Amino acid sequence: MKYDVAVVGAGVVGALISRELSKYDIRVALLEKCNDVAMGTTKANSAIVHGGFDAANGTLKAKLNVRGTELMPKLCADMAVPYRNNGSLVLAFSEEEMEHVRTLYERGVKNGVPKLSVLDKAQVKALEPHVSDEVVGALLSETAGIVCPYELTIAATEVAVTNGVEFIRNCAVEAINVTADGFLLATTQGEISAKYVVNAAGIHTDDIARMIGDDSISLVARKGEYYLLDKSFGFMADHTIFQCPNKMGKGVLVTPTVDGNLLIGPSALDVEDKEDVDTTPQGLEFIVEKAKKSVPTLNIRGAITSFAGMRAHPVTDDFIIGFSAKNDCFLNVAGIESPGLSAAPAIAEMVAGLLKEKADWQEKKDCVLTRKAPVRFRHMTKSEREALIAKNKAYGRIICRCETITEGEILDAIHAPAGARDVDGVKRRTRAGMGRCQGGFCGSKVVEILSRELNMPMNEITKFGGNSKILFEKTK
Amino acid sequence: MEKRDLICVSCPIGCAITVELDDNGQVISVTGNTCKRGDSYARQECTHPERMLTSTVKVEGGRLPVVPVKSSVPVPKEMLFDCMSEINKVTVKAPVKIGDVVLKNILNTGADIVATNEV
Amino acid sequence: MLEYDLVVVGGGPAGMAAALAAHEEGIEKIIVLERADTLGGILEQCIHTGFGLHYFGEELSGPEYAGRFIEELYKTDIDVKVDTMVLDISADNVVTAVNNFDGLLTIQAKAIVLAMGCRERPRGALSIAGSRASGIMTAGTAQKYVNLDGYMPGKTVVILGSGDIGLIMARRMTLEGAKVKAVCELMPYSGGLTRNIVQCLEDFGIPLRLSCTVVATHGKERLEGVTVANVDEHLKPIPGTEEYIPCDTLMLSVGLIPENELSKNAGIQLDTVTNGPVVDEYRETSHKGVFACGNVLQVHDLVDFVTEESKLAGKGAAKFIKGEKQENGVVHTKGENGVRYIVPQNINRATDNDVKLYFRVGRVLENVTLTVTCGDAVLLSKKKRKMTPGEMEYITLKAEVIAKLPADSTLVVSTKEA
Repeated sequence: MKYDVAVVGAGVVGALISRELSKYDIRVALLEKCNDVAMGTTKANSAIVHGGFDAANGTLKAKLNVRGTELMPKLCADMAVPYRNNGSLVLAFSEEEMEHVRTLYERGVKNGVPKLSVLDKAQVKALEPHVSDEVVGALLSETAGIVCPYELTIAATEVAVTNGVEFIRNCAVEAINVTADGFLLATTQGEISAKYVVNAAGIHTDDIARMIGDDSISLVARKGEYYLLDKSFGFMADHTIFQCPNKMGKGVLVTPTVDGNLLIGPSALDVEDKEDVDTTPQGLEFIVEKAKKSVPTLNIRGAITSFAGMRAHPVTDDFIIGFSAKNDCFLNVAGIESPGLSAAPAIAEMVAGLLKEKADWQEKKDCVLTRKAPVRFRHMTKSEREALIAKNKAYGRIICRCETITEGEILDAIHAPAGARDVDGVKRRTRAGMGRCQGGFCGSKVVEILSRELNMPMNEITKFGGNSKILFEKTK
Repeated sequence: MEKRDLICVSCPIGCAITVELDDNGQVISVTGNTCKRGDSYARQECTHPERMLTSTVKVEGGRLPVVPVKSSVPVPKEMLFDCMSEINKVTVKAPVKIGDVVLKNILNTGADIVATNEV
Repeated sequence: MLEYDLVVVGGGPAGMAAALAAHEEGIEKIIVLERADTLGGILEQCIHTGFGLHYFGEELSGPEYAGRFIEELYKTDIDVKVDTMVLDISADNVVTAVNNFDGLLTIQAKAIVLAMGCRERPRGALSIAGSRASGIMTAGTAQKYVNLDGYMPGKTVVILGSGDIGLIMARRMTLEGAKVKAVCELMPYSGGLTRNIVQCLEDFGIPLRLSCTVVATHGKERLEGVTVANVDEHLKPIPGTEEYIPCDTLMLSVGLIPENELSKNAGIQLDTVTNGPVVDEYRETSHKGVFACGNVLQVHDLVDFVTEESKLAGKGAAKFIKGEKQENGVVHTKGENGVRYIVPQNINRATDNDVKLYFRVGRVLENVTLTVTCGDAVLLSKKKRKMTPGEMEYITLKAEVIAKLPADSTLVVSTKEA
């Protein structure tokens, strides 16, 4: 197949870039090595939209963070992605840390971050009554927010695919040959040729760049572990609560999620194996200890799950975005660590701009960049539910008891553009299996529905692609 | 004389039973049981142990792909896996009713394999 | 809006027995709402035998035991709706439910019986470190795959937790050709019935490792192994005792939690130990006219006891509907010295029946004297050879004894080891 652009990697960055490119009258392929979008760094991070005061003045991180955070509310509203402008606090526990808070304030103002203020103890306690009494003050960033990173990616991919972008899953790029008019990519789904390549492969951007002889990208794989607590603990924090940052990142935060759970983490551990997203007893213990410094009454018995994510830390400490020195049709988007999620909409804007400048594409007339909100039975009123079930009976069958997810919503998730192909894909799109029982009851029903809808035997259905099968052969 | 301590598996109460055996392996006394089933279980267990066997059998055309089955009476413990091999060979056609015999006198044990659900 | 005398939420053994008992008491308009596609609840997948020895005097499999009640139920004019999920119970006893044939249902009930059962504790609640590979599931989920769907969920298995479902699944998987490498139990004693340890583990040479837990899971896609370690008296893993066991499946049998989301939303008072509603001797909750029975009230070991308890709840609901439920002050119950909880938590002094106090102990006790006291008065004393946390116990109090107790006094059930 011949494409104008091949975007390598369907994380939040690759998906939003594809959505931007779908405005143009060109052929775009979005290549993903996994069975679904959002399977790397995007899947497991703090889900924070940062104010933008943290990154050093003049860096790409600073510029794109501030712009991304500005774009985020409308982008999410346009695509019906859960976003909440809850604001963030950086807590100070000593006069020394207060000094740091003031430094962050100054830096933020220089970065162009609006609505920053320095609070005293009483003001902090008034905003967050569960914060430790040891607090002396904090930086309040009113533009900060929380978002669901995988839903943002899913939505962006749906929009892109609806506008004609081709999403190719289980498509790992194994080699790239430079040709007379672009590139020939050898992938696990066959050969793909493209005039331009956008390298948005997350933690693997260095490997992909090396395929064209570009060894300029130097990344460190940095693992971060998290605990997710039951919704009954969501009340413990309204703002996203940070501690003063250190050289390994922004430290351990306590934050509500858009779904009303409480999230704590991350730890930060540099690892050799890029695929090592195992949680560790040490890491989990560390985040609980640190989180309790901010919110001492936290009870980890409320944990419903723990997970780890991988961040691509660039040794230069800044995002690497631009055409490769080795080939000016090969665009690297690398080292997108925090505040990468916040910056993602701005990164997409910037990348599309760089390509458009070069390629002189025409805009499509009939492109739609918005997405209709998926059905969310649990949020509906009685009359809305009645009307919905009258239209389609599948919305009357509850599959996930804990989260009140209907069969209709699961069918929508499977049949959506770039829809779910595995149990975790259904879970991320619908929340089926995300509740207290963690899929104990509905997991097998979701396997059954996937099996029926995809016309695959139950023992071919996976948890998240590859060999993550759930069942072996029939007993009889 | 030999003394053996057993936990009765006849019912979920799980009585602790003591059995006294003579030198020929014959039961002299059974104590600790709270019902007659315990007495016979203990005697059986010391001479030729038996177990109830439950499994499933393949069904064609039913609401489920398999139907649960049990042995009508306990089978010798050492024959459990041989009985499983026999059970695994059977396919029945729906409808199956509770009590339907799907395999008669399995391996000459005297036990029938009977369906325990409607499929 | 539909109107019923009694709405029973859940069509498992508890819900069916409660509905039938209320029907026997002459209640006419009864409906049972069941979220699964068949009646019977969890019994449908419990294909092993051992059910019904107390109640029927026969050794039945789960589906057979359920089958007896299903048959009874269909002989009556009790309405049943399967595939129907209750979404809400209001303060004035309006039940909102949904299914894919009626759509949304609202039912005004005179009385309600909660019989939603329980769920298994998932991995997340345990915080086992390691990978998110497939092949980690609760024993109950595995049981459904094997017994209802007819698929093997694993070939080499480690089971964490020696609850009854875990033990039953160890045997079940072995009979179907899987290799069960070990059952690990965090506590120094098993949480399951002794007879299950004998006939599910010992019969097949499956090791039961007490004071042992899974500290890590390995494998990126499908599970490849687990690391187990011994734990000290504070249940913390002991460094240096780690052992890697290759396996493709980790089954969890680490406890059951009553499913009380509906009860909580309805503002019903819950017991912090049982995680079920606080009830009186007829299993009426803090919400007038709402009763609870079976595993939603307290996790049982034996379905026979569930049936007994649920008949009581059904009868109580019938009395409530007919306005015959007597009240003359209550007596509270409390467990002490190793008795973790008591059900019922309250007893009406006007009760017309002897009352069984159900409870569990917190650790293994031997040569125990069990006493029931009220103030300084010893009402009852009983010797027990052995008591274990895995087995629910009860002690019966005579109605005439209860009638003489002062209102608002507290009955204490306590143990003493010789």
